[in-house]
Amino acid sequence: MEAEYLYHYFLRLADTSLTMSQRLAEWCGHGPYLEEDVALTNISLDIMGHANLFYQLAVEISETDVSVDDLAFLRDVDGFRNPLLTELPRGDFAYTMVKQYFVDSYSLLLYRALSESCYQPLADVAKKALTEVQYHHERSHEWLKRLCMSTEEAQQKMQKALDELWFYTSELFESDEGMIYLQKQGIAADMESIREQWHSMVESHLIQCQLILPESGWVATGGLQGEHSEHLGYMLAEMQFLQRAYPGCDW
Amino acid sequence: MPVSATQVESWLEAVKDPEIPVISIKELGILQSVTIKAGQVRIDIIPTYSGCPAMYAIQDDIKAVMEQHHISQFIIHVSRTPVWSTDMISEPGRQKMQAFGIAPPVAKNQDVVCPLCHSTHTTLISQYGSTACKSLYRCQDCLEPFDYFKCHAPVS
Repeated sequence: MEAEYLYHYFLRLADTSLTMSQRLAEWCGHGPYLEEDVALTNISLDIMGHANLFYQLAVEISETDVSVDDLAFLRDVDGFRNPLLTELPRGDFAYTMVKQYFVDSYSLLLYRALSESCYQPLADVAKKALTEVQYHHERSHEWLKRLCMSTEEAQQKMQKALDELWFYTSELFESDEGMIYLQKQGIAADMESIREQWHSMVESHLIQCQLILPESGWVATGGLQGEHSEHLGYMLAEMQFLQRAYPGCDW
Repeated sequence: MPVSATQVESWLEAVKDPEIPVISIKELGILQSVTIKAGQVRIDIIPTYSGCPAMYAIQDDIKAVMEQHHISQFIIHVSRTPVWSTDMISEPGRQKMQAFGIAPPVAKNQDVVCPLCHSTHTTLISQYGSTACKSLYRCQDCLEPFDYFKCHAPVS
């Protein structure tokens, strides 16, 4: 049972990174200027590296003969366990940066906690990912400040992005039975503690940027159970096309 | 005569980082160890960045070097530990990096030195550069833009 819980937990971590990375990669050639284009795709590459490491953990624990590529390219929408936030279309630059800042803050706190996991391979991967996420977080926080202190139009776009994305954030901290079991074993992170830390950090940053926190309202959920928005299907259609059309293709 | 670990290590000096072709994987800290057990050579390497695409090229280059020396009994193991940090770059590696035109990593509160005119009067243009491991800087004195190898301190 523990192996199955672990497998699903690693997929949660890996799928979150993979969908995040794929959306960032869509910016290739569309960044607002060259350096930013390069930054977006570099970060996409780092996060794809994290997805790869988490998939490896899943492969190592799996009882079937499954590969990292199988997990990334041959599962359908209902097999993916990422939160809905990371599958949302990339939107404009403000939307991408607000989403990035939310997820970087989440990853920073989560990987810090997972560095202490008693499951050593997971702690090793978290430590590695953390060195990179620190850079990502610094950058998305800088963009948050820069855009909010910029023109009125930029501020409006940031507020609009915040209003749209805010209700997707609570799903980041959801747990299921397996995750709660793993947390009790000292393997998984305590999501309630991550939620508190995230809100305390993110809300103070948003207020410093003079953004207005949306009132409570509708809240996204479902990713952990494999229930997704229509956006994930389109993303997978593009991302998985090659492996589906040419199974086992390698170069 | 059976091959020794020291011998293999010296052969692997020929394997350079594909992005910085003057520095060997040993000088960068990617090559962690060479061990020989029951006639089989085991080469342990670690990635610089999680998504570094150069890891594939590096493994191919290691294979080529081993085959060139007619060694068929070897495995390359990509290890998760230790976590790579820029502290693992050797002093000769840092000097070669600078001579190649890339400013070597410095601690956060220190000035990045222009690899061309050695001025400390430099500014960050973009935190992300031509590869994941580099940032883009400009020298305020000689006005040249240059790559800076980002500092990745070990996580405490």
